[in-house]
Amino acid sequence: MAEEKYETHEYDVVVIGAGGAGLRAAVEASARGARTALVCKSLLGKAHTVMAEGGIAAAMGNVYPEDNWKVHFRDTMRGGKLLNNWRMAQIHAQESPDRVLELEEWGALFDRTHDGLILQRDFGGHRYARLAHVGDRTGLEMIRTLQQHAVHKGIDVYMECNLQRLLLDGGRISGAFGYWRESGKFILFKCKAVVLATGGGGKAWKVTSNSWEYTGDGVTMAIDVGADLMDMEFMQFHPTGMVWPPSVRGILVTEGVRGDGGTLKNTNNERFMFNYIPEFFRAETAETEKEADAWYEDKKNNRRTPDLLPRDEVARAINSEVKAGRGTPHGGVFLDIASRRPADYIQRRLPSMYHQFKELADVDITKEPMEVGPTCHYSMGGVRVDADSTATTVPGLFAAGEVAAGLHGANRLGGNSLSDLLVFGRRAGLYAAEYVRTHEGPVTIDHGQVDRYAKELLAPFESKGSENPYAVHADLQDCMQDLVGIIRSESELRKAIEVIAQLKERSVNLKVEGNRHYNPGWHLALDLHSLLTFAEAATVAAIERKESRGGHTRDDYPNTDPRFAKINLIVRRKNGDFTVSQEPLPEMPDELKTLLEEKT
Amino acid sequence: MAAQDVNMRVWRGDASGGGFKDYRIAAGEGMVVLDVIHAIQAQQANDLAVRWNCKAGKCGSCSAEINGKPRLMCMTRMNTFQPGETITVSPIKTFPIIRDLVTDVSYNYEKARQVPAFKPKPKEADGTRRMFQEDIDRVQEFHKCIECFLCQDVCHVIRDHNDNKKAFAGPRIFVRLAALEMHPLDANDRIDLIKEKAGIGYCNITKCCTEVCPEHIHITDNAIIPLKERVADRYYDPIAKLLGLFSQKNK
Ligand SMILES: Cc1cc2nc3c(=O)[nH]c(=O)nc-3n(C[C@H](O)[C@H](O)[C@H](O)COP(=O)(O)OP(=O)(O)OC[C@H]3O[C@@H](n4cnc5c(N)ncnc54)[C@H](O)[C@@H]3O)c2cc1C
Ligand code: SF4
Ligand code: SF4
Ligand code: FES
Repeated sequence: MAEEKYETHEYDVVVIGAGGAGLRAAVEASARGARTALVCKSLLGKAHTVMAEGGIAAAMGNVYPEDNWKVHFRDTMRGGKLLNNWRMAQIHAQESPDRVLELEEWGALFDRTHDGLILQRDFGGHRYARLAHVGDRTGLEMIRTLQQHAVHKGIDVYMECNLQRLLLDGGRISGAFGYWRESGKFILFKCKAVVLATGGGGKAWKVTSNSWEYTGDGVTMAIDVGADLMDMEFMQFHPTGMVWPPSVRGILVTEGVRGDGGTLKNTNNERFMFNYIPEFFRAETAETEKEADAWYEDKKNNRRTPDLLPRDEVARAINSEVKAGRGTPHGGVFLDIASRRPADYIQRRLPSMYHQFKELADVDITKEPMEVGPTCHYSMGGVRVDADSTATTVPGLFAAGEVAAGLHGANRLGGNSLSDLLVFGRRAGLYAAEYVRTHEGPVTIDHGQVDRYAKELLAPFESKGSENPYAVHADLQDCMQDLVGIIRSESELRKAIEVIAQLKERSVNLKVEGNRHYNPGWHLALDLHSLLTFAEAATVAAIERKESRGGHTRDDYPNTDPRFAKINLIVRRKNGDFTVSQEPLPEMPDELKTLLEEKT
Repeated sequence: MAAQDVNMRVWRGDASGGGFKDYRIAAGEGMVVLDVIHAIQAQQANDLAVRWNCKAGKCGSCSAEINGKPRLMCMTRMNTFQPGETITVSPIKTFPIIRDLVTDVSYNYEKARQVPAFKPKPKEADGTRRMFQEDIDRVQEFHKCIECFLCQDVCHVIRDHNDNKKAFAGPRIFVRLAALEMHPLDANDRIDLIKEKAGIGYCNITKCCTEVCPEHIHITDNAIIPLKERVADRYYDPIAKLLGLFSQKNK
């Protein structure tokens, strides 16, 4: 039997990814009685989620009783330039408070208000202080809590196990196939449902806050089996990454710095964000420094500081300042909290930022300003899902977390990712288990297909080429950075498509040294398939959206265009070629539309 | 500052054996040891095995022994060494080698699985859970742990005596146990486990673990010693022992 050729496991649900979304999905699927496996390509507890700093957005109203899901919904939609899937934004705003409280039920310890409740902090685009947090290491608290909970629920965890291909049986999911990083041996999962929770693809860019894991594997596995991708043109460039020294360029500086009082300045010591307030946000943004500073304490009588405009606005502003010659010699701007808050406050609120700058840049952030600039951070686009169930367009395939598209529209608000993971992670687990329950009868594995996949994965060892996978990756990162960055244009995007085509050719002529035993060169050679797929999907979509909106800015189409205001771009692949089609956004019910209009 | 060549001596090999290999490579300004390892990987040894994720001291993946000292590679700046000095990088010693700088840390995950889960007390009458910052400060210190396992690596109880691994959970797990024991809402009892299965008695408070913790958790003073006291109260204080039979543990 071919089945025995590879180590084979049988489950109801296989969750790929053990960040916040995957862990929460696995916990739910298993609680609903599904036999569940949780698979991740790093060690358990090391996923991106562990790095999240600022907090989890949830309208609990602990600090501002005026806050509620409707305001959160409105903020999320406006931050996403109204391109969000309204139903996802609604579910997200309604359910995130319960999901945060559930973490407390499982042992998480958030920072507290004076009367003993969960403290909430200010973040960009959120009307009220809304982010539940633990200093600036919220993601660590979240992943550890979920990880320990999942382990105690007895969920089987496969770590350092990299899944590369999904398997179909007559158009529906029947399994997943990949390799163990340690031994290099293949592993085959037979299952009725797969939850993708693999995160984004930011490692295709050069200056990035993303780790080696962000190679777009989930998006690639999905489109490889015919699933729809959506919103791939929207990449979030976080305004504040480290810029100096070069070796740390791109490492994230949390928005919590601005949430806690920090402000952006150019080399003329000017708080330049006041010059970049877009019409869309003018009514709700402070016009003077005095009002902006007063807002931190008194939100009723003052409007929000422009330092906390949504990320796309701030990133573009920094880009313009640097281009205009008002940037630092290292190509950034200043982020100053030292002159605005006492040292002990900074150390208590932002301990890991303090540590990070001290250790990596010899900068004491309680005494001097930080130097910051935009860094590739978050994939708004991804696999298209049903709002309620997270089901993709392939039966049995679900997606949640950063790998999925829809909730964030054209731009994500800070803090809305961690809540996304909890809300839609849970739903993915729930509906995957439900799918398994209602789809009786076995699935079969196509062993011929598995053998072909095995051959593909071993191809880099057979190749007679001489290309170094690290060099191909570096060239892709340069290409995306230079040609598909914050500011885009038709000619550069077309050039990027050409470069990607050349890189694809080079990637079949790779040379891999050594053997299958824990071999990062081979792993990267395989990841190039997903990196290139992700990059190409992002680029073809960027060409098609001939306007500027959120995380997609076109030099040649600098304004928003009403024709694109109600359209999602769907990327599919037919016979190896990408196609992009325009599809109308789902129509929002009137009672939600009125929420968007409300000024308060 | 232009890139400067540095001399690196990196352990290469697997469970069957191996040894140090020398590399000379250009290191740019501000680089950390992990950057240099990555440069070697990209330019000279594509298959050099190493773990990393965050590159900012947040995930605890990149633990190694640098010039013999257990450290995070991503938080060790190259400019902390003498110019021209050869820098040695080897895998953490306490765990079995998988390949090059990657070790089998499954021991830590197995021990973690044996820790009884968090069990919350009932909610307040108004349906909330109130806790005050003063009451959780000490527990939040323990929650800073990034699971780099450097404390486990350096603890002589298991570093020098592999057979102790069965009976001893190690400082990382004591930090976890302390976090649960001191959690204001937890209602589980782990004192017996701490004494028996986790083997806290093996620890003779050398504080080596505290010294290497990149999160500066006071492992010995704030976690281990209070746990030892709780064990002593339960087992060696006859009155407490008697009372313990009848009453809930005292949080
Ligand atoms: C530095 C930083 C700070 C951030 N701060 C915040 C914040 O304060 N608030 C906020 O809301 N958001 C924040 N974000 C964003 C947020 O952390 C991420 O979007 C989120 O954690 C993604 O979670 P996830 O569960 O979707 O994926 P991840 O946590 O990235 O997990 C992905 C998982 O998939 C696995 N995987 C991937 N590919 C494969 C494969 N082929 N086979 C097997 N497994 C695979 C990985 O091993 C991993 O376990 C931050 C991000 C960064 C980088
Ligand atoms: S103090 Fe105890 S746990 Fe820590 S290193 Fe020494 S013996 Fe090990
Ligand atoms: S306690 Fe400190 S040294 Fe030990 S694993 Fe945690 S962070 Fe690392
Ligand atoms: S890479 Fe995350 S701690 Fe070093």
